[in-house]
Amino acid sequence: MSVRHKMLSWAATAAAVASLAAVAPAGAQDAVKIGLILPMTGGQASTGKQIENAIKLYMQQKGDTVAGKKIEVIVKDDGAVPDKTKTAAQELIVNDKVNFIAGFGVTPAALAAAPLATQAKIPEVVMAAGTSIITERSPYIVRTSFTLAQSANIIGDWAAKNGIKKVATLTSDYAPGNDALNFFKERFTAGGGEIVEEVKVPLQNPDFAPFLQRMKDAKPDALYVFVPAGQGGNFMKQYAERGLDKAGIKVIGPGDVTDDDLLNNMGDAVLGTVTAHLYSAAHPSAMNKDFVAAYKKAFGSRPGFMAVSGYDGIHLIYEALKKTNGDTNGDKLIEAMKGMKWESPRGPISIDPETRDIVQNIYIRKVEKVDGELYNVEFATFEAVKDSGKTKK
Amino acid sequence: MTSILTNLFDGVAYGMLLFVLACGLAVTLGLMNFVNLAHGAFAMAGGYVCMLLVNKSGWPFFAALPLAFVSAAVIGVLLERTLYRHLYTRSHLDQVLFSIGLTFMSVAAVDYFMGSSRVFINLPDALQGQFDFFGVGIGRYRLMIIVICGLLTVALQLILAKTRFGSRLRAAVDDPRAASGLGINVPQVFAFTFAFGCGLAGLGGALSAEILGLDPYFPLKFMIYFLIVVTVGGSSSITGPFLASLLLGIGDVAGKYYVPKMGPFVIYTMMIVILIWRPNGLFGRTAAR
Amino acid sequence: MSAASDVGYHAQRHARWHYGEIAFWVIVLACGFLFPSRYLIMTDIVRLALFAMSLDLILGYAGIVSLGHAAFFGVGAYAAGLLSLHGIITEPVLALIAAGLAAMVLGFATSFLVIRGVDLTRLMVTLGIALLLEALAERFSNITGGTDGLQGIEMQPIFGTLAFDMFGKTGFFYSVAVLFLLFLLARRVVHSPFGLSLRAIKNNPLRAAAIGIPVNRRLIAIYTLAAFYAGIAGALFTQTTAIASLDVFSFERSADLMLVLVIGGTGYLYGGLIGAVVFRMLQELFSTITPQYWQFWIGLVLVVIVLLGRERLHRWVLFVPNLIIKQVAGRKAVIAVPESDA
Repeated sequence: MSVRHKMLSWAATAAAVASLAAVAPAGAQDAVKIGLILPMTGGQASTGKQIENAIKLYMQQKGDTVAGKKIEVIVKDDGAVPDKTKTAAQELIVNDKVNFIAGFGVTPAALAAAPLATQAKIPEVVMAAGTSIITERSPYIVRTSFTLAQSANIIGDWAAKNGIKKVATLTSDYAPGNDALNFFKERFTAGGGEIVEEVKVPLQNPDFAPFLQRMKDAKPDALYVFVPAGQGGNFMKQYAERGLDKAGIKVIGPGDVTDDDLLNNMGDAVLGTVTAHLYSAAHPSAMNKDFVAAYKKAFGSRPGFMAVSGYDGIHLIYEALKKTNGDTNGDKLIEAMKGMKWESPRGPISIDPETRDIVQNIYIRKVEKVDGELYNVEFATFEAVKDSGKTKK
Repeated sequence: MTSILTNLFDGVAYGMLLFVLACGLAVTLGLMNFVNLAHGAFAMAGGYVCMLLVNKSGWPFFAALPLAFVSAAVIGVLLERTLYRHLYTRSHLDQVLFSIGLTFMSVAAVDYFMGSSRVFINLPDALQGQFDFFGVGIGRYRLMIIVICGLLTVALQLILAKTRFGSRLRAAVDDPRAASGLGINVPQVFAFTFAFGCGLAGLGGALSAEILGLDPYFPLKFMIYFLIVVTVGGSSSITGPFLASLLLGIGDVAGKYYVPKMGPFVIYTMMIVILIWRPNGLFGRTAAR
Repeated sequence: MSAASDVGYHAQRHARWHYGEIAFWVIVLACGFLFPSRYLIMTDIVRLALFAMSLDLILGYAGIVSLGHAAFFGVGAYAAGLLSLHGIITEPVLALIAAGLAAMVLGFATSFLVIRGVDLTRLMVTLGIALLLEALAERFSNITGGTDGLQGIEMQPIFGTLAFDMFGKTGFFYSVAVLFLLFLLARRVVHSPFGLSLRAIKNNPLRAAAIGIPVNRRLIAIYTLAAFYAGIAGALFTQTTAIASLDVFSFERSADLMLVLVIGGTGYLYGGLIGAVVFRMLQELFSTITPQYWQFWIGLVLVVIVLLGRERLHRWVLFVPNLIIKQVAGRKAVIAVPESDA
């Protein structure tokens, strides 16, 4: 073989390939570009798809022009891996010259993009990740999803006041899970409750059985659970299999475990589960009924809270653009977003002008059967809850 | 005390499940010397077929299980005849490249057709919940897994050791040329074995939906577990992978129960130690192939 | 005309620099100026290329297969991240070397486990080590940041003067420089008597031992060196992205690496470099077209590559360039022919 010729010819080929790839997509000058970075593959893919679907739905309903400008959405897959998020965000900002970056399925992804938003001075709209600290990492971050502190605090209070004395906790071992655990523990123990067993499970976890057995042996009144959206189904199945429901141990927690998009397949064991959360597909408002119906019609499944966060996220972008009259200056957009209030399918929400985090109602819900389908039925409302993870400081 | 027994029971059930999932791989990798990393894709196919039949078409669960086996086996034999056949003589690296490619395709295709959310199979009431057996909690579903997988193991062992097909297979593996000289149709034997392994994986996939969760990423997530079973168990017989599966299952469950924070260590450390101690697996052939 | 002098002659001929190689590096450097908007993806390719070269050292030259090469990548990545985060070594180049050394120590320690056993055992032992490290990193989340990864790494300027910028320009040239230096070293190593003895071991360990090559010691040495390279690649990763997260240890990373090297070809050092370019370009192309289902098309390409045969495909890809070379150089028979690798 001849190394020389081989190298030369390879090099020529490589150059040809590279020049092909270097042709960046050129867009119209008058467009507003939104770089949507979501996990479209991998374990978190359902989150990404819900958000993408909701955004598509919104743009179908409201049209794709705002203040005379055409909205263009560029979707990038990061597989929930932070370094891919960062590369994607950089590419979007530098090459595609996007005016917003949005999406972010998991906390590390949102954090990875934060310094870029600051440097490029463009708004980063977080539509999924739920750790408190995120919005503190850049003055350009706005969140339309939720923080775990919001729901964990409230379910902690609720549990302590409603005759639950001993609780065993099972939380995923990563930042949101630890938030969920700590904020719950704080309120619950302050209210006189006792944590009898505390287990952190690895994020990628095939089989909950041994952990659940541990929970069962601790004989608590209730089981406090936080697992990421998507794993809830598995958890509930095994909870039932282990007979914890028969042993009278109820499940409580933030609403991720009974996420609407999987809830209906979880079986009757899930009945009676009490969770605190921002959104239920059964939320009794006309707007939500329309939203659920339209979503079901378009994508054949029930929207979960991730879909609503995406829907509200794109709404926020639209409204901010309207307010600035199509001006895409990042600082002006952020100013426009601060303090914005609107009616969402989940209820009335607003953006806290101080923290740029979401302020929303948190509902206490119980899983019930409605017309043969399982739903989270809301029975108590805590209005305009701020993120206590930050207000504390 | 009772919790130890319950854990043991759970571990055995988990291990048995791994065995059914992985033993097809033990055959292709161990006996036919083919690195098929796409094995999990066949399991996933079986799982989704079973899910569709039960949830969408209303078949009873027990009727859908054999179909999960059959469909995975049919897919297996089709791919074997069209694609895999050409790769038996190629290098291991080629086989790895090919089967990973196939895995990627299966993942994306299932994602496209079935969505990326986890799916569950609606189980009959008789299989749900747990009953008490002298204070030991026995999950009905897990008990069923143990029974089915136990029977399968015995049947497999008998087929391999006692039947004419078993001896043909062993002959074909030990020396394909001599075997074909004796009038054994080696490609046919291989195709049949491959299909059977895929069928078992399909059955395993259907059974595991309840415990491991079924989503498009199944083949990638559990590839490592299958490989562990096969390498730790060695490939000379199915006894090795069987014991390795049990060890893995019990080790995993016990590790999570007693030292929840150290869960994954237990398995990986166990694997490394065993492989250092016996590089060809617990029941490996001593002579290198 | 003894056999020995013959071997020496061929070895020397191979060791000489060829025009093609020089052209290759010129093109690499030119890319840095031609595509100023693509620094990030190019940096990514350079990192991957270095990482693949590391695997090539053990796979292509010593015949050691590994499915857990990410272990060293990860150690390098976390080492560089921690050094910078805690302000122990803030100068990037020094930190890079320190991180490489950390990976090297691990490589040396684990080499004793790896050289035992047959291919399949090696695959699983290396994989096991990487998974074990991943589990460790997850467990000691107070040090590593667990699933959230190391956040808030701020890189100091290189040699105190060249600062890392948002567009990745510094990062790219820095990575290319590191890649080139390490490539020179690797080239020197594989063409040395040491490198030739490795090839002998790869071809037939028994015969190599019979002619007096200390097989195990050589394997340990090259494995340790490869670990150093992988560690450097990992450290580059942390330094250019300012992130280290658990996925640096992941099985996918090791598996991708294997794909890169198999696509590019093993045993001539450039395989990893070319494979990295092709693989990332394909990935980028497909995931731009379909962010959701790009894996399908990557999978299809891999399957097609294998079914057509890598040799045949290389020949096709090289057909047009070869034609040009033939015209320019005016030769008849000397055509690029891909090697037949394992």
